[in-house]
Amino acid sequence: MAYLELDRVAKQFGVQTVVDDFSLSVGKGEFISFLGPSGCGKTTTLQMIAGFLDPTRGAIRLEGKDLTAIHPAKRGLGIVFQSYALFPHMTAAENVAFGLEMRKVPRAERAERVRAALAMVGLAGYEDRHPRRMSGGQQQRVALARALVIKPSVLLLDEPLSNLDAKLREEMQIELRQIQRTIGTTTILVTHDQNEAMSLSDRIVVMSQGKIEQIGTPQETYERPASAFVSQFLGKTNDFAATIDRTATPARVVAGSWSAPAPAGLSGPVTVSIRPERIGFGDAGLGAKIVTRIFQGNHWLFQCDSECGPAIVIRQNDGKAQPAEGEAVRLAWRPEDMSVRGAAA
Amino acid sequence: MSAVADTAPPGAADARIARAPWVLSAPALMLFVGVLLIPLAMTVMLSFHDWGQYKGIEPVFILKNWHEIATDPYYAEMFWRTFRIAILTTLLTALLGAPEAYILNRMSGRWKSFFLLVILGPLLISVVARTLGWALLFGGNNGLVNKLLMSAGLIRAPIPFMFTETGMVIALAHVMMPFMVLSVWAALQRLDPQIENAAMSLGAGPITTIRRIIMPQIMPGVLSGAIIVFSLSASAFATPAIIGGRRLKVAATLAYDEFLNTLNWPLGAAVATLLLVALVLIVVGSNALIERRYAEVFR
Repeated sequence: MAYLELDRVAKQFGVQTVVDDFSLSVGKGEFISFLGPSGCGKTTTLQMIAGFLDPTRGAIRLEGKDLTAIHPAKRGLGIVFQSYALFPHMTAAENVAFGLEMRKVPRAERAERVRAALAMVGLAGYEDRHPRRMSGGQQQRVALARALVIKPSVLLLDEPLSNLDAKLREEMQIELRQIQRTIGTTTILVTHDQNEAMSLSDRIVVMSQGKIEQIGTPQETYERPASAFVSQFLGKTNDFAATIDRTATPARVVAGSWSAPAPAGLSGPVTVSIRPERIGFGDAGLGAKIVTRIFQGNHWLFQCDSECGPAIVIRQNDGKAQPAEGEAVRLAWRPEDMSVRGAAA
Repeated sequence: MSAVADTAPPGAADARIARAPWVLSAPALMLFVGVLLIPLAMTVMLSFHDWGQYKGIEPVFILKNWHEIATDPYYAEMFWRTFRIAILTTLLTALLGAPEAYILNRMSGRWKSFFLLVILGPLLISVVARTLGWALLFGGNNGLVNKLLMSAGLIRAPIPFMFTETGMVIALAHVMMPFMVLSVWAALQRLDPQIENAAMSLGAGPITTIRRIIMPQIMPGVLSGAIIVFSLSASAFATPAIIGGRRLKVAATLAYDEFLNTLNWPLGAAVATLLLVALVLIVVGSNALIERRYAEVFR
């Protein structure tokens, strides 16, 4: 039984369709990410759930009840904004207490819950600080405490970590995941950062131009991208133009001097898609020359000029000797690591 | 820099650097001293001089003018009226201007720039013309509005507007409104665009959001607008002169009359000096209070 359900939701601004045919069912306690480039409609979808925008078509249901009929102030959702939108004239404790005040929680209980919420995000002792006297990370934590203290049915996070520096962002990701696991709040995160989506979520909704490209676990979307867009957007990928050779039995998929048994049901020109870390240097395979070799600590990044155009290869720094720039190599990979897309036979 | 150090001893170069700011700001300082400080000092000095109907101004040091202002209730009434009008004008502009700026800020693109122009437009028209407009509408039996209402039988006598404090407050508020709107507008620009959504998501209705979230944040804007409006209204001349005339004098028109009609320059100078000192004290004092009270919002 779906906890939060979006049923063919669409949003139009004038003639422009920003979100189209968006259907998703979220289970209770699940952590979902909306992932896509800016302008793909992910924030618009979030704002429709929050109630700041009304869907043009479709329904949004929470525990079977129509959410669009409820005023945003009555939906009881917790929202963390990209800019945090803290109240600058109130202290951290007053910020967190605001939602409880609106719910007419008695003063003593309010104080206790505010204290607990601030302690949970690691800000015990910061009760009387004003937001402008806090660092970005601390403000972010206050915003999270403010959204969680009202025990929201769903927590909505709108690019909450995008204003933090890389190191702090990583710390907050881990912390966010731990907090969410502990209290079990159903959470929807909007992000354009694929690493963030992959490390935090149970499932990722990859969006492009207002449409859902794929819904799946982080591993599914990475290993078995449903479209070229998904494979390009989630990490680096190599796309080689290839053909199906039907004269051989069984049929083979051929790209330059590399070939492998063809998957059933394909013919004509196809695209072979392979992640750079799944490519190895072998004795046989796609002919290539190393153009640049970049050392990145735990791995090497090779940019190659192959028979089928530019290719990138990532090799783990396992201490073994690596080919040098200008060296001719053969690129090879296991057939199960690639995905072949093309016209259906 | 190294060329200077090569040719001159290091001490001279240091002295030259230390002098530079003074040399560079000298023209502006000279202008400031010449057209503001010297006339101001002369006015203050003038207020201690003696004056008689037949002997004119006598450059002596006496407290006659100050004594007259301090003891004659006529002057107390005049100053009290001046500040009463300034306070009421400030309240009126704040009550109308703050919501006006808020509504303006919520308008979408094209309407916003259009109405901003409507609000700022009057600044391009002379204060005298704008105040005379009020006189044309409400001036006695011949005022346009009075004429219409009387011929429609809605009122028997003209609405009292000219030569009343109410009329002066309304006309001044009209003239000062752009300053208040602009000041609040600037404060609204500093608001987080998501702040109202944040309040709403926590369960606050629109009135609570305005009262608890928006108002405290734009208050510094309202208050700095109030300081501008208050000091401009208390020292305003054109509007009180046209609406109040000789019958309803304020400090500025009083000083003007002493200078140009009675020709008692020393008394006029004392009135002007007192108005200036009172205004400076009020403005500096309230500014300090505001900055302390709203330290967190200003940061």
